[in-house]
Amino acid sequence: MSMIEFQNVTFSYEAGKPVLKDLTFAVEKGESVGLIGANGAGKSTIMKLIPGLLDSMGRVRVDGISVGKDTAAEVRKKVGFVLQDPDSQMFMPTVLEDMIFGPMNYGLTKDEAVAKADRILAEMGLSDLRNRHNHRISGGEKKMAAIATILAMEPEAVIMDEPTASLDPYNRRTVINMIRSRSETKLIASHDLDMILDTCSRVILISGGVLAADGPAERILRDRALLEANRMELPLSYAGRASDPDR
Amino acid sequence: MNRMDQALLELSEMDDLASMDSPLHRRHPAVKLLVTVFYIAAVVSFGKYDLPGVLPMALIPAILFAAGGIPVSTCFKKMRFALPLVLAVGVFNPFFDRTVFIRIGGIPVTGGVLSMLTLMAKGVLSLMAAFIMMASTGIDSLCAGLRSLHVPKTAVSLLLLTWRYISVMTKELSVMTDAYHLRAPGQKGIHVSAWGSFLGQLLLRSMDRAGELYSAMRLRGFRGEFYYAGGRRAGVRDVLFAACFAAAVLVLRFVHVGELVGGIFV
Repeated sequence: MSMIEFQNVTFSYEAGKPVLKDLTFAVEKGESVGLIGANGAGKSTIMKLIPGLLDSMGRVRVDGISVGKDTAAEVRKKVGFVLQDPDSQMFMPTVLEDMIFGPMNYGLTKDEAVAKADRILAEMGLSDLRNRHNHRISGGEKKMAAIATILAMEPEAVIMDEPTASLDPYNRRTVINMIRSRSETKLIASHDLDMILDTCSRVILISGGVLAADGPAERILRDRALLEANRMELPLSYAGRASDPDR
Repeated sequence: MNRMDQALLELSEMDDLASMDSPLHRRHPAVKLLVTVFYIAAVVSFGKYDLPGVLPMALIPAILFAAGGIPVSTCFKKMRFALPLVLAVGVFNPFFDRTVFIRIGGIPVTGGVLSMLTLMAKGVLSLMAAFIMMASTGIDSLCAGLRSLHVPKTAVSLLLLTWRYISVMTKELSVMTDAYHLRAPGQKGIHVSAWGSFLGQLLLRSMDRAGELYSAMRLRGFRGEFYYAGGRRAGVRDVLFAACFAAAVLVLRFVHVGELVGGIFV
């Protein structure tokens, strides 16, 4: 059974102007998939449809559950969504309080939630952030803490919107290593194609709300013609080297 | 640092104070809420000329400041915006009530002056009590206390979210103010011609940000009530604290401490 499934999904913010058009794809359990596309391609909309923040025409399923108002709580327990801006993600005073917010909403006692948060912090090497105030930590730390708040809910799948945006090279590498170390199903939307290459085995390319390509990351991210036709460029690690798979 | 950043820092200072550990901080939030209301009710119940009765009530905040390790200077710093309003409440009394009550060293003290000072003292003491409660409790625990007193969850969530969104709006305002001043060098504030668009943009940006935050909460299982609703129950120490506090307030309210102390020396 697929972890995330889109079946003939169409979505419009304004009537007559569909952002996604009859989109069909699936992400299997344990897969790490990159979602790429130019600005306005529909990546963020796809991300929001998965946990039911938006309603679409067509069918979105998470672990076999049809996403809808009635199933939103169940779906959101299975899928954690790391937003692009950690300031939008974190709203409690300290990192620990933010981390236990989700687990306690799902019925854990405070002690259980704290134990879980401590374990995740230790796994991510962030224990020193535990009692820090959210607004007094650096951008990189905040990004890692935002990811930690989602992992504390122990989701089966994690979707991430631009996880490496505005990070310095060191913090970017830390986030990449962290993503690589996680075994959950992952769907990562990003313009950082080198990061996608590092973390994802498969890539879905969206263009104008439709599926432009779907296949192994190595193949799609080497295809200069395909990328340029969809307002993208080769990853830096491939630029200047073989841009054509046949070469 | 602009004024908005300063305001954000001050908000976080309250969180810092509330996260300290002291016998006062450890008391159940509902108990602190109730005794604070009780104290304020006792303070405002004094007669309008009973300044000698009101002043000894300052003993209780003084003890609580010491017990909670809360700096008095921080209290007055935080109250600097509310204090002028409190002090202005009775400022016209001396003009209306000119009856001479007592003479101190030959200087007549009118009922108006006395009632003005009494009102001011009541206001300052009430603000201090509210500050001590906030500084030793924190917004989350306070909301937990309100829920344990069966205040409707919608009202409590609204209070908590309003508090959270104050910092969201302040952050947006800070960014916009910086952006404005970078392109309007030499201007002291925001020019009146820009107020409309500035406030409109602030509202739109704050709504966007608030919407994102709310989504983040929903994604983590928020369904209208914060988890703290099932917080701990009040224990023996909390009850003991409430009893001692109430007794102290009642003694200071009904025993005229000024006369008692004066009687010892006269």
